[in-house]
Amino acid sequence: MPKQQEIKKVLVIGSGAIVIGQAAEFDYSGTQACTALREEGIEVILINNNPATIMTDETTADRVYFEPLTVESVKEILEKEKPDGLLATVGGQTGLNLAMALTDQGILDEYGVKLLGTDIHSIKKAEDREAFRSLMKELNEPVPDSEIIYNEKEALAFADTCGYPIIVRPAYTLGGFGGGIALDQETYLTLVKQGLSASPIHQCLVEKSIAGYKEIEYEVMRDAAGTCITICNMENLDPVGVHTGDSIVTAPSQTLHDKEYHMLRTSSIKIIEALGIVGGCNIQFALHPSSGDYFLIEVNPRVSRSSALASKATGYPIARLAAKLAVGYYLHELKNPVTGTTFASFEPALDYVTVKIPRWPFDQFTNANRKLGTQMKATGEVMAIERSIEAAFQKAIRSLDQKIDGLFLPALSHFTTKELEVLVKEPDDRRLFAIFELLKRGISTSTLHDWTKISPYYLSVLSRLVQAQCSYEELAWPEVTKDKLLAAKKLGFTDKQLAGCWNVPVSLIKQQREKWQITPSYRMVDTCAAEFEAKTNYFYSTWSGSSDTRNSNKPKVAVIGSGPIRIGQGIEFDYCCVHSVLALQKMGYEAVLINNNPETVSTDYEVADALYFEPLCAEDIMNVLEFEGITAVIVQFGGQTSINVAKELEDAGYNLLGSTSDILDEMEDRDRFYTFLKNAGLPVIPGFTANQPAEVWQAADDLNYPILLRPSYVIGGSGMIKLNSDEELEAYLASAQIEYPVLVDKFIQGKETEVDVLSDGKTAWVTAVYEHIEGTGVHSGDSIAITPPLSLSASMLDQVCDTAVHIAKKLDFKGLFNIQFVCQDSGLYVIEINPRASRTVPISSKSTNVPLVQHATSIMLGKKLNELGISQIFNGQRGFTVKAPVFSHIKLPGLSPELTPVMTSTGEVMASDRDPEIAMKKALSGASQQLADLWSGGSIYITDQQETGLIKSWQEKGFLVYTPETADFSEWMDRDDKKAVISLEADPDKVRTAAIHRLHVWTRKETAEAFFNTLPKKGVFV
Amino acid sequence: MKGTLSLSNGQSFEGSWKGAVKDVQGEIVFFTGMTGYEEVLTDPSYYGQIIVFSYPLMGQYGIQNLHLESSDIQPAGIVVTELYEGTLERGFSLLEFAVMHNVPIMTGVDTRSVIQTIREDGTMQAVMQLEGKPLPAWEPIRTFVVPHVTAKEAVTYGEGSPHIGLIDFGYKKSILQALLDRGCTVTVFPYTVSTSELMSTPLDGLLFSNGPGDPASLMHKIDDYRAWANVYPTLGICLGHQLLAIAFGASTEKLAFGHRGANHPVMNVKTKRVSMSSQNHSYVVKEGSIPSNVDILYTNVNDSSVEGLQHQNLPLLTVQFHPEASPGPAEHHEVFDSFFNLIYQEKKVSQHA
Repeated sequence: MPKQQEIKKVLVIGSGAIVIGQAAEFDYSGTQACTALREEGIEVILINNNPATIMTDETTADRVYFEPLTVESVKEILEKEKPDGLLATVGGQTGLNLAMALTDQGILDEYGVKLLGTDIHSIKKAEDREAFRSLMKELNEPVPDSEIIYNEKEALAFADTCGYPIIVRPAYTLGGFGGGIALDQETYLTLVKQGLSASPIHQCLVEKSIAGYKEIEYEVMRDAAGTCITICNMENLDPVGVHTGDSIVTAPSQTLHDKEYHMLRTSSIKIIEALGIVGGCNIQFALHPSSGDYFLIEVNPRVSRSSALASKATGYPIARLAAKLAVGYYLHELKNPVTGTTFASFEPALDYVTVKIPRWPFDQFTNANRKLGTQMKATGEVMAIERSIEAAFQKAIRSLDQKIDGLFLPALSHFTTKELEVLVKEPDDRRLFAIFELLKRGISTSTLHDWTKISPYYLSVLSRLVQAQCSYEELAWPEVTKDKLLAAKKLGFTDKQLAGCWNVPVSLIKQQREKWQITPSYRMVDTCAAEFEAKTNYFYSTWSGSSDTRNSNKPKVAVIGSGPIRIGQGIEFDYCCVHSVLALQKMGYEAVLINNNPETVSTDYEVADALYFEPLCAEDIMNVLEFEGITAVIVQFGGQTSINVAKELEDAGYNLLGSTSDILDEMEDRDRFYTFLKNAGLPVIPGFTANQPAEVWQAADDLNYPILLRPSYVIGGSGMIKLNSDEELEAYLASAQIEYPVLVDKFIQGKETEVDVLSDGKTAWVTAVYEHIEGTGVHSGDSIAITPPLSLSASMLDQVCDTAVHIAKKLDFKGLFNIQFVCQDSGLYVIEINPRASRTVPISSKSTNVPLVQHATSIMLGKKLNELGISQIFNGQRGFTVKAPVFSHIKLPGLSPELTPVMTSTGEVMASDRDPEIAMKKALSGASQQLADLWSGGSIYITDQQETGLIKSWQEKGFLVYTPETADFSEWMDRDDKKAVISLEADPDKVRTAAIHRLHVWTRKETAEAFFNTLPKKGVFV
Repeated sequence: MKGTLSLSNGQSFEGSWKGAVKDVQGEIVFFTGMTGYEEVLTDPSYYGQIIVFSYPLMGQYGIQNLHLESSDIQPAGIVVTELYEGTLERGFSLLEFAVMHNVPIMTGVDTRSVIQTIREDGTMQAVMQLEGKPLPAWEPIRTFVVPHVTAKEAVTYGEGSPHIGLIDFGYKKSILQALLDRGCTVTVFPYTVSTSELMSTPLDGLLFSNGPGDPASLMHKIDDYRAWANVYPTLGICLGHQLLAIAFGASTEKLAFGHRGANHPVMNVKTKRVSMSSQNHSYVVKEGSIPSNVDILYTNVNDSSVEGLQHQNLPLLTVQFHPEASPGPAEHHEVFDSFFNLIYQEKKVSQHA
């Protein structure tokens, strides 16, 4: 059936800020959907308040509303835009929940808006566990014994009938938040309580645990004619028990034989058919390792993180085609965009294997609870493609961009074998490395299988790697033959790993490889295992066989991506990389992108002229550059990940566009940076570099408290701390693992501002100036910020801009860089200069309406700033724009919500308005979607009863205010009207408890005040 | 041991040698499914061929049933990128299976390049040899191979109703199983069975099975087949479909490199519904050759080739793909249901006659 003609204008719902469980994958699916709809001549209206996304670009949608994702905002947009259709299945759980609310409240009917794709009854059938279970019973599809419960009594009654272990799954939550597996009654009751409060409808599913079964997922699509296809299946290395978002996953499945594969496929199709899905759907199964029994775990009636992964693993663009199906097309009417000749109604055949490994934040948050269970904790993920599964594992591990030495996590070498056993039995983020470590210590794969229930196949693969590495270590360099070196490369060992085994310089291995002509070949992801000729430029490396060819006849530039999403290095860098690619293409270059993050837009093979899905280590990058014959590389947009390889690339003779690695080093190396500032005639914050504890003490004495300690070259302020006294310093030095040298600075109290500067080395443009609401001591990523500044004096603003331009002129740097300042009455200090695109670049671009990254890219390629036609005033902004951070504390129990120099937020929202108060209100309410509704009034708890001023003002606003004097904290936590906790001293237990119960937690006066100012006057709460 | 895979177009590929130590020559074909090596290897339609698996990792799961589709490994040689030889959850390893049946495996071969060659130059003869041996003389691609895989004599399975005659050109056991699962009695006949022997069995319907080779090699039996199909409700699968098409006046041709995999989309022309099918064939029925009293029921979505036929006047249904799946998607069991409907309608008619 051709497209429905009556659909001319569609509202697409985005997923909002990045939180754990709902991340960059929805920028990818949303961007694909918008593009697919516009191809059909449909006008696309978008609501999404996440600025760091490609989908919110003016080029992606016809109109973008940066509004909070609420029923009220959508209603306003419907009123104004009068669209014909609503697409809600590409915006994650947020999109689905909004669609359900809009339908239930009759708003879609009222405005005559058609819900496109899967209809609301189907969505509800899949989402409501009771409805879903009864449907599965009808279909004869097995689901584990379970019960819907609304209170502890019902929960206990279920436990009495089925026994432990039991899984608790709260209804309607993202990423399985609030749930877990209970082995005994005590944990069970804790989880039930937590789950009921996490669920918006106070409902949990308690379920007999089938931990230990294989966890298998299918990505299925269906059109309105009933044609069903499975795009791919995926097998979790971690058996049932660990959330699939926290599991290592291979696609396709490896250990299922054909009967099992198709038994589950048939079941998937039966289910999607019965639900009547139109579009994409994810179905998760638990399969008994030997009996062939299976259970259905979950159905997601929308595109998801798994569908993004499946799209990247197969080359089949699920979200793009789901959008086409939503407007009426049938699968067999749509071409397979990869081959261009075959049709979308087929199932991809892979001739490689992909391995996905989640990226967790626990290298930064060592104190948070890092155990893995039914609640997802990963912030991002990496994927590797290879024809050898061992090499795929090694590539994926490298892509994590963590301090890992080949297969081994150095920290685990100090663990006893008993400790490692516990670690693999009760997994946390280090399980894979604990397995490697145990294998090295001679523990057999069969013992490991008993401990972990991981399939013997995967354990054999891991064991093969450990054995290989051990055998290399036995070998002396002169004994290494061509066959041995080739075998090692085929298993995915890098020159660097091998150099370590053989005690020779990396360059020697490379030389020898070249002599023996051992180089990688590059193969195409073509969806059809070479059966048909394909046209994509989507490649991966492998160490055997020949290469697929790619036609190219233009000059080429490589853009280095930013790898997995992690706290401090998020989706904003993916946004920058995509824009850089677009700029290169506009200027007539061929853009070659290297990245390994399966969730994002940059790894959509339709974005760059060639996409190489590779780790972002120097060796992997240089292999691609050699294969492509590229000499010019852009490292400015991939965050710290690409900056980290700058020197190696430059040393190997590649041309870094925009700056030299020496400039990057000058900005990062504290001593050189101070010298730079002094030479530029700028004041320097007093500080020292300390190489050992004694020097830290010396520095503390010289500087006086408070002081700020930090390592060089870090992401998101990792390891940064403000210390106020000898006692705090002593405790810190005793407790923390400190890597020297550390930088010890005088902590300067004051107002923070930051600017993004576009410079051609001679002329510079200060694009946007941000005023941070919170003063110094809070990481810039965690502070609320407003541009243009509101409370900065005109002379201070001038001084900020003049200094920024002055720095740009002193710096031999072309492109975008970011400066952070502290403003004091006495003057202005530069805190740091980030010689690369920063977190705020997308906001600067969107608030000034200037494509900054594209301009930066053209400057790097020789254009002058004055040729770009932008006005030279800093605030070309039409109104005020506020950025507000969004945290995932509900997913990371144990992590303190206290604002510190270490960044903890996972995402951000943006809001603009001519009236700064309205912008602030929209931003803060938009950032609070996952939290208790502050704006409907209620009660707050202030942990310090001395704060009389605060208490009084909140009371005047109509809030009930409790303090330790008037209520015990735990009693207050039982109240239904609880909304926020103010704890300026950051009482550790209270702030953590409040945070995981979705309350607002404010540890800085400025934050509390900002929220306070957005509240209506007393008595007008709704 | 190292081995060489030489193609008749002059190209050759290196690899390691495992399994039986013997040179083999055969038509080289590739299979694109990601699971199902035990089914593929025991499928008689692959008899004498050299099979290349496009999925690079083979042997990760154990062989569950040594006699899945037949009691032998049917291809003459196996070519893979990587053979897993580690611990298995259960079952026999792929290598053990090959050794049991005296079949060689070449591993470490650049299978993607082999497949690209076949895609460009079509299927051709190939030789698997231990390294360094001189090339043997090229034999022509064998087209008349059914005699090697057909039953020696008639055998009856099951004891229900209806009673189906399975004409064996190298049938897959899962076809037999699909009939038995529906409560049938099934008598398997060698493809050479005489009309008198066939007619002396009280049959309610006939199923012409899959099998290897060129349908044109069986022209000497076509008159019999047409006569039988005029008497019994009939279903043809794969080679069976091609033979019945020829019997009613159509002709066949060879595809450049055939369809072998688990992801081939076919459309039911009547319902417009597309579904995935399991396929293994080199030859197809030419669309223009189909007589006017036969309708096309299924077509291939990718290359529009004929995937199924239905006679306008006779209870005759044929499919090019494999409704019994194994390996591959099991979503065409409706073909068997349609066949049974034809039988029941026929029975009703004959009862009322």
